Amino acid sequence: MALIDRAGDTAPVIDAEEHARLRAARLERTLRWALPLLLFVALIALWQWYVTAWNVPHYRLPGPFLVIQTLINDFSSLAVSWWTTVRVTVLALLLAIVGGGGLAILFTQSRLVEMSLFPYMVVLQVTPIIAIAPLIFIYIDSHIARVLFIAWIVAFFPVLSNTALGLKSSDHNLRDLMTIYRASRWQRLRFLQLPSSLPYFLGGLRIAGGLSLIGAVVAEFTMGSGGRAAGLAFRILESSYRLNVPRMFAALLLVILTGVAIYLVLSWLTWLLLHKWHESAVSRE
Amino acid sequence: MADGGPGPAAISAVGTARAARPVLLSLDHVDKVFGTNVVALRDMTLEVRQGDFISLLGPSGCGKSTALRLIAGLMQPTRGRVRWEDQGARDTLGVVFQEPTLMPWSTVADNVWLPLRLRGKSRKDVMPEIEEALATVGLTGFENAYPRELSGGMKMRVSIARALVTHPRLILMDEPFAALDEITRFKLNNDLLAMRAKLDCTVIFVTHSVFESVFLSDRIVIMAARPGRVIRELAVDEPYPRTEDFRTSTGYVAHCRAASEALALAMDGIAHEG
Repeated sequence: MALIDRAGDTAPVIDAEEHARLRAARLERTLRWALPLLLFVALIALWQWYVTAWNVPHYRLPGPFLVIQTLINDFSSLAVSWWTTVRVTVLALLLAIVGGGGLAILFTQSRLVEMSLFPYMVVLQVTPIIAIAPLIFIYIDSHIARVLFIAWIVAFFPVLSNTALGLKSSDHNLRDLMTIYRASRWQRLRFLQLPSSLPYFLGGLRIAGGLSLIGAVVAEFTMGSGGRAAGLAFRILESSYRLNVPRMFAALLLVILTGVAIYLVLSWLTWLLLHKWHESAVSRE
Repeated sequence: MADGGPGPAAISAVGTARAARPVLLSLDHVDKVFGTNVVALRDMTLEVRQGDFISLLGPSGCGKSTALRLIAGLMQPTRGRVRWEDQGARDTLGVVFQEPTLMPWSTVADNVWLPLRLRGKSRKDVMPEIEEALATVGLTGFENAYPRELSGGMKMRVSIARALVTHPRLILMDEPFAALDEITRFKLNNDLLAMRAKLDCTVIFVTHSVFESVFLSDRIVIMAARPGRVIRELAVDEPYPRTEDFRTSTGYVAHCRAASEALALAMDGIAHEG
C-alpha cells in the first residue's frame, strides 16, 4: 500500500506488466479479425491452386473465381430464388417469435397449460422433421404453408424454451415488491417478467435465426417444386441434376451469406436492446 | 432468558410519551411454521406505534426477516394475527430489501417511478415526486443513470428513494446496509435518520448489528433463533436528532452493552438447548 502511495506522488507511470497487458490487448483486437481473414485468403488461394494445378474439371470442383463468375452471370435468376428463401426464412422466424414467445407467456400465466403442453412441444422438437415431411405433404395443400410449417417447427423451440426460462428467472425480491405494490398479472408481466426474459429471448432468437434458414432449406428440399419461384435449395438440387456444379456452389454461397447476415442482424439487435444495462453486452474497462 | 418481557430500562419517560401515539399495526401471538415442523417464528407479539423506529435485532434464523415478510403481507401467519389499525399506512407501505433490488433495464428515475407507475400514474405527472424522492436520498442529477453505473451505496439510495416515493407512513427495511462497507453504512445511517426526521415516518428495521440498532432506533426487539422468537425489548431513550457524536457518547455505549448482553443471553440459550 505504502509503495503505491509513494509512486502516486510522481507523474503516472505505466509499469512493465501493465505495458505488456495493453500490448496483448491491442494485439488480440487485431488478431480477432485479421486471423479469420488471413485463413480465408489462404483457403481461397489453396482452392484455386488445387483446381488449376490438378486440372480439376469444373463439373467436379469449380474454382472460386468460376463460382463468383457464375454468381454474377446467373444472378438475375438466382436472386429470385434467393428472395423466395429469404422470405420463407424471415416469415418462419417471425412465426417462431410469435408462436414460441406466445406459448412461453401462456406457460407462465398458467402452470396447468404448461404441464399439459410442454411434453408435446418436446416431442415436436425431437422428431426429425425429414421424417414427418411426407405427412405434411399429404395434409397441407398450399406449398408456402407447407414450407413455412416445416421451417417453423424447426425454429420455434429455442425461442419457446429460452423465453419460458427467462420469464421464470425474474428477481425474487422484485417479485415480492410487485406483490407488495399489488401489481396486476399484466403489470407483473409487462414491467418485470418480459424485461427479465429479454436476454434469454434474444439468445433463443439467435439460435432460431439460423434454424429457420435450415428449416427453409430442408423444407425446399423435401417439398421441392420448380418454376422461377423455387428457393435456393431447390436450385442446388436442380443444378446437381444438370451437373452445373458452379451454380450449385453459387447458390450455396448465397445460403451461407444469408445465414451470416441473419446472425449479424440478430447480434446487432441483441446489442441494441441490451448494451445499456445487461452484463453480457457491457464492455469492461 | 427467563425475563421475556421488557426490562426495567424499557419503562421510561420515552415509553410513556410513546403510549400516547396511535398504533399503526400489531402482531398478535404470531407463529409461522414452514412445512410441518420448521418453526420460523414463535409467539411474536409486537405493537408498532406511529413514529417508532423499531429494530429487530438477532442472529441468523431468529425469524426477524420472517416477521417483516408477515407484516408486508408476503406470507400469512400460521397462528395469530397481523392487525393493521391504519389502512393508509398499509396502502403506502415502503419496503427496502437487503439487495437494492433495482430493475437493471430501467434508469434510476424509472426505478423510483415503479410504485406510482403500478398505480397508473404517468411519468410526467409524478416527475416532481420522483425528483423529490431522489433529492431526499441525495441523488439529484442521476435520473438517467442505469443501476450498473452506480456504486453499492448509491443503488441502495435509489432503493430507498423508491420506497419513499409513495410518501409511506411505514417503511420496512430488511438489513438494507448489511452488504455495504462500514464507511458507507455509517453515512447511510446518518442520512436515514435525517430523512426520517424530515418525512416523519415509522420504520421497522431488521439488522444483526447491535451498533446499528442502537444508533438508529428508539426500540430494539431482540430475537433468538431455533425457534425464532422475541426474547426482550429494549428502549433506547436517547433523543433525536442523533448525530455522529452520539456514536461516542456514554449513553450509546451503555445501550450497546445492554443490547449485547441480551443478545449474548439469547445465543447462550441456543448453545444450551443445542
